[in-house]
Amino acid sequence: MTTILKTEHLHKVYRLGSLRRNVSIQALNDVNLTVESDEPAIVSIVGESGSGKTTLARVILRLVEPTAGKAMVYDHTVAGKGIKPAKREFLSMVQPVFQNPFESFSRYRTIDSYLFETATRVKGLEKAGASEAVGEALASVGLEYSDVRGKYPNQFSGGELQRMSIARALIARPRMLVADEPVSMIDASRRMTIINLFLSLKQEYKTSILYITHDLATAYYISDYIAVMNRGNIVEFGAAKQVLSDPQHAYTRLLLDSIPTLKHKWVRQA
Amino acid sequence: MIRLNNIVATYTTQRGSINAVDGVSLEIPDGIILGIAGESGCGKSTLMKVIYGDVVSPLSLSAGSVEYGFRDERGGEVTGRNIRRYWFRRISYIPQSSMSSLNPVVRISRQFVDFLEPAKNKAKVLEEVRAYVKQLDLPPEAIDAYPHQLSGGMRQRIMVALATFFQPDIILADEPTTALDVVVQKSILLLLMELQEKMRNTIILVSHDMGVHYQATHRMLVMYAARAVEYGDSEAIFSRPLHPYTRMLIDSLPTIGDDHARQGVPGRPPSLWEPLQGCRFAARCPLATEVCRQQEPALTEYRPGHFAACHYANQQAREQPLQVSEVRP
Repeated sequence: MTTILKTEHLHKVYRLGSLRRNVSIQALNDVNLTVESDEPAIVSIVGESGSGKTTLARVILRLVEPTAGKAMVYDHTVAGKGIKPAKREFLSMVQPVFQNPFESFSRYRTIDSYLFETATRVKGLEKAGASEAVGEALASVGLEYSDVRGKYPNQFSGGELQRMSIARALIARPRMLVADEPVSMIDASRRMTIINLFLSLKQEYKTSILYITHDLATAYYISDYIAVMNRGNIVEFGAAKQVLSDPQHAYTRLLLDSIPTLKHKWVRQA
Repeated sequence: MIRLNNIVATYTTQRGSINAVDGVSLEIPDGIILGIAGESGCGKSTLMKVIYGDVVSPLSLSAGSVEYGFRDERGGEVTGRNIRRYWFRRISYIPQSSMSSLNPVVRISRQFVDFLEPAKNKAKVLEEVRAYVKQLDLPPEAIDAYPHQLSGGMRQRIMVALATFFQPDIILADEPTTALDVVVQKSILLLLMELQEKMRNTIILVSHDMGVHYQATHRMLVMYAARAVEYGDSEAIFSRPLHPYTRMLIDSLPTIGDDHARQGVPGRPPSLWEPLQGCRFAARCPLATEVCRQQEPALTEYRPGHFAACHYANQQAREQPLQVSEVRP
């Protein structure tokens, strides 16, 4: 068994306010998560806003330093208090896909320049090799290099931009993609295209995916494992189908009950 | 009844003009929740602006009119031109982002007072407001706060309170829950449904989430590339959709406990800048034939109260219903 993701006693406290009136928020409160699998896996972290799921993703992406504890991806320690892995090694371990594709790219730069730079800086490729890597990554998300070359973000739809930001992440050939609400800004009719893309990337690139979402329906559809977070803690973890078809924790049931499903109408109090 | 007569709404830009809503005619009965579905850029928000009477440059109404079905104090006709005078009193609006709609540097109580009549006693008005927000499950002190001090869900409740305070005849809600998580989304939708039942007014709810429409709406309008493609009772639309686009939108929604592979709607909608011929959905439609590429189908009533704009809707009407409605055990 390979340990895909492991967190040990992760804590993150945000401090707000002034010296006199300071407020501390426990965004992560002793998060211990171990995901083991032989195959690459899609792990979903679900929970409502403020549950700490985004903080967990940002800790793994080294965008936020944890107050205590550490996180490991494929037995490489990626984050912890005072831990600083080599940059290139880290970037070929974990790559992000963010929520809002319109904010991921500057409108003053062409999209392919981002992809090209990832290939030369992170992968250390020469010009010709980099072009090839960019073309290949774009092809794997269903886009043509010739359609993207020299174009700016405003020339694409949100769904296309999101596919390009996935392509950019893939160039580094990461072991894990951390996708924070990757489809919540995407139109409902095209959401499934992105979701299905994640499934095929798991197969083809052997990339594990940490999928952060509040949408349990898509989480059920793609994940192998699900962790339910509430108030900075993981309250339930297990195989996706099992957690969602037989939820043990009251909070998981609350989340399940809140989905606007097509199966039945919400029960309403008279 | 609200009647939309052949609405054509145009944005004029440097590049030229574009019809974001292109000939939508509709009769909306009173006292229902109407859902408007469709993907980004299909014209659903523009249609809301037209109904709200908020037609300002670069948007203009090139053709058509809106009849609201009510008259002013003197018995005159209320139209799109003078509906502004009745904003919040007879027609109100709940926007998507509460944070950018509330004034961030003014306490919420003052924002309530601002839109009430200045002649009225301020303290008395605030008393009423406090009592009213309490009914909406908000702590009465919430109105003394600044917007940033409240959570997203509470702010959206404040927006609902502002929009419903005068019990208007029509409430327009443009993606009111898109920025919220599922738990809060459900509570806001249930609140809207409850208020609608109490006040018996009309709510027009825009959302691209078909699940939201299934839960909350009585009737539905599906829009595609500036046109209405299907209109009917929500029950009928979900159990027996007539337009292939509607069917694909419903089918793309994953469901817990159902392991079938789901597909998004492939391709992208046509650019409205280019001249369009035939059915606008033809390029993405699995049923499309030569007829579809040549002639644009008109919105036709195939079953009582159930309209669709598709050459093959008749065929779909005879097909087996979809199995989506199940009774909860």
